[in-house]
Amino acid sequence: MKGVLVIGGGVAGIQAALDLADRGIHVYLVEKEPSIGGRMALLDKTMSTNDCSICILAPKMNECFSHPNIEVLEYSEVIGVEGKAGNFKVKVKRKAKYVDATKCTGCGDCMEKCPTEIPNEYNSYLDKRKAIFLPFPQAVPRKATIDERYCLKLTKNRCGLCQKICKAEAIDYNQKDKIIELNVASIIVAIGSSLYEPKDLVEYGYGRYANVHTWMEYERLINAAGPTHGHLKCAPDGRRPKKIAFIQCVGSRDVKRCQWCSSVCCMVSIKSAMLANEHYGDLESYIFYSDLRVFSKRFYEYSKRGERDYKITYIHARPGEIKEDKRTKNLIIYYEDENEGKVKELEVEMVILATPIMPAKDVKQLAEILGIETNEYGFIKVKDYVFHPVETTREGIFVAGCCERPKDITESVVQASAAAAKAAEIAGLVEG
Amino acid sequence: MALRIGVFVCDCGTNIAGFLDVPKVCEYAKTLPDVVYVKENMYTCSNAGIQEIMDAIKKHKLNRVVVAACTPRTHEALFRKACEDAGLNKFLFEFVNIRDQCSWVHQKEREKATEKAKDLVRMGVARARLLEPLKEIKIDVEKKSLVIGGGIAGMTAALSLAEQGFEVYLVEKENRLGGLLNYINQIYPSDANAQQFLEEIVKRVEKKKKIHVLLNSEVESVDGYIGNFNVRIRQKKESKEIKVGTIIVAIGAKPYEPMHMYNYDEYENVITQFELEKILKEKGKIDAESVVFIQCVGGRGERVRYCSRICCMNSIKNARIIKKMMPNANVYIIHKGMQTYGTEYEEYCRKAREEGVRFIRVRDAVPTVTSLEKKDGRIAVGFYHPGLRRKVEIQADLVVLSTPLIQREDAKRISQMLKVPLGQDGFFFEAHVKLRPVDFATDGIYMAGSCRAPASIDECIMQALAAASRAAIPMAKGYVEAEPLMPLIDESKCMGCGVCVEVCPYGAMKIVEKNGKKVAENIPAACKGCGACGASCIHKAIKMHHFADEQIMAQIEEAI
Repeated sequence: MKGVLVIGGGVAGIQAALDLADRGIHVYLVEKEPSIGGRMALLDKTMSTNDCSICILAPKMNECFSHPNIEVLEYSEVIGVEGKAGNFKVKVKRKAKYVDATKCTGCGDCMEKCPTEIPNEYNSYLDKRKAIFLPFPQAVPRKATIDERYCLKLTKNRCGLCQKICKAEAIDYNQKDKIIELNVASIIVAIGSSLYEPKDLVEYGYGRYANVHTWMEYERLINAAGPTHGHLKCAPDGRRPKKIAFIQCVGSRDVKRCQWCSSVCCMVSIKSAMLANEHYGDLESYIFYSDLRVFSKRFYEYSKRGERDYKITYIHARPGEIKEDKRTKNLIIYYEDENEGKVKELEVEMVILATPIMPAKDVKQLAEILGIETNEYGFIKVKDYVFHPVETTREGIFVAGCCERPKDITESVVQASAAAAKAAEIAGLVEG
Repeated sequence: MALRIGVFVCDCGTNIAGFLDVPKVCEYAKTLPDVVYVKENMYTCSNAGIQEIMDAIKKHKLNRVVVAACTPRTHEALFRKACEDAGLNKFLFEFVNIRDQCSWVHQKEREKATEKAKDLVRMGVARARLLEPLKEIKIDVEKKSLVIGGGIAGMTAALSLAEQGFEVYLVEKENRLGGLLNYINQIYPSDANAQQFLEEIVKRVEKKKKIHVLLNSEVESVDGYIGNFNVRIRQKKESKEIKVGTIIVAIGAKPYEPMHMYNYDEYENVITQFELEKILKEKGKIDAESVVFIQCVGGRGERVRYCSRICCMNSIKNARIIKKMMPNANVYIIHKGMQTYGTEYEEYCRKAREEGVRFIRVRDAVPTVTSLEKKDGRIAVGFYHPGLRRKVEIQADLVVLSTPLIQREDAKRISQMLKVPLGQDGFFFEAHVKLRPVDFATDGIYMAGSCRAPASIDECIMQALAAASRAAIPMAKGYVEAEPLMPLIDESKCMGCGVCVEVCPYGAMKIVEKNGKKVAENIPAACKGCGACGASCIHKAIKMHHFADEQIMAQIEEAI
């Protein structure tokens, strides 16, 4: 019996892999990062229940990794696919980690001693990480990886400290990329998404004003494992804010940028505002929205709770501009107040921009390798939006999660299970 | 047999050894009664560490193993397996958490952290002494499924399960399949013909040999547990019994009828969205030059608290149909924020705007509009316009009320029959909002479609496939395994009072008659070993396997 290949180890990929593996189908889970977990592993809390995101995901990540029917191929990429439904031959590149995974215990000694610091993508570039690293403390597998682009030993043949310090003798500078071949019956694509960078929206000052952040940066700022250990700090003096604002649809529902609605941002901002108020009881937040989209189970009630219990004020307006007070670094938001019909100012200490979910950066390339189509928005195209919601344009290849269109965790999980059902039909494990 | 306990204390690199004195903890462990072997490992979880545990079990004839290390959350399974591989029952293993709950939280108090680690090890050893070997339980699973509800969700789930090779009983209480879809004209966002689609899917269902369609039928009673549900189905006057391994609940929802609201029962040209749908489907036209759709009638705090999710798109769909039929008609949608999320829905909304459908946003307050007055055969719809900052009136020939989907009458009965919960909103309540959205907390029972929360056709199909995947897991495997953490009932002490049945969240306890006496009985397949029954038994008739009172008391005694 042939197995199934799942591409992408975020919550959608993990769910699809577990559904298949639990019923006895062998699964290869290919993840391009050194750890599975995807974006959900980097979120602080999940909306509507305010559960700690990594705390509910980590058990699933571990379950996945230790499952007898799942082979996790982390730090790997699919580079070629041949064949057809029921019999795909897949080439996977396993990138060299320069660390022997069978010996590494994930103790972290090497990371402490490594002298090379580089911007940390797992903390939205808000702090630094080392050239030998774990993406985040709960990484699965908990094995170090050397970033060959920055390692002094690999780039300039200097240093070598990690090898000297590693008691497990796990460092291997001579490791090479490996190409392996898999034979699977079906494929599930769950590679996730990227996020819009609001740099061209100069009126909001992102990148120019120190106290303007994207929502993903905020997720890391409010997270205890993030660069500020969960404390909100404002430039220039590191004081904690008492008034913050969220601006919705920054780049989305915008025909010049992302014309779609990103589905999750309204709830994300409400959640973020709640968390800020949970951290600091006197903190007030303002959410500038176009249509507050709170359509899923218990979401509307949640938005009302935010207003009632967490000092959130919803303002129906699309701010025209933000200006920075040069001295205090406070931000002055200019918007049209619809109650009075005139332009008003609101001074806050931090602004969070709700930027949309976009197609993953490498989606086009992967789509080409897989022989599947993307749609007019750049997301992976399904055969039919209503009737075939998990089938791609190629038979035997299915899709789940945010690479198909923006969606929240619940909907990613639903689609992942749905894709698993379809993949299982082909996987030949048909009963009777 | 004499107790022979082995204790392994992990350095976890510097995670533990950096903050407390591991050698001291080891020396201390050697002094504890019945401890015959103690070892410090740099990493107990490494291949070398695991090998050491296995070798020590054999060489020193260990019959209990204690590992003092990181956390059982991530590593218990690994060490249990090491024991099992070395021939020791895995329930004779005890985990002592000296990292997450000791070294990490006392990083600046080396002395005290060392003392606490000693205490924790002493407690673990005390419990290990009283551990008993247990056996995991395997329960066979019937490879058949029951799907309750023959709407789009039920049919899709049944088809998927049949495709995967399982026999399905599809129970529908009406005389035809299709549920609400029978009344729908077009499906958004593709504007596919709903009846054509329905006809095709019904044909596919009827053709599948593995699907038994039972029309005019209702589930009368269900008992049993995952893998082994005994279901009684009444079809007209006949009643029959079937046995299934899993159950999918897909009973759908129904549109709310806005009685005594928005002059619905007074004016004949005030109708519901659902009625408009029927008119468009049957007549294909309406007679009106000005149509006003009013959103959130009865929803969002008016009669029910929630947002019904699908009504915005439904209004746009019908507004576009009307606009297409009569390009000169004025079509308004009065809303509190259009819920057109995602890629296709947003585009659908944009198209409607381009085609001339007028969207008017009002405040999120109840009611959506303030007045409906009949004037010369037309209806004046009055509301406060936030942009214009004054009251506005629109003349309408037809007013369409967008009302929410609400639970069906039989949701309560089915919830009681299956012992699965309904939420405050009346919809079925999932095991976990995020990670188990179509599972019930009770194993073997799943849900899909609008009985979970209002859902569009595409969402119903997606959830149905998901539920089919979840239900297929135990059936494909053919068995379920249960950890033997269930209660042991002392029938001489049990009074059959039923408190344990009430507190069990998994439907794993029942009262049976044995030798003329009512006593509690546990259903191992359904049991999660949570201990609620044991804790609530006032007669002390329930002992929890692996978490027995003596074991826990021994730990507590060592702690104090």
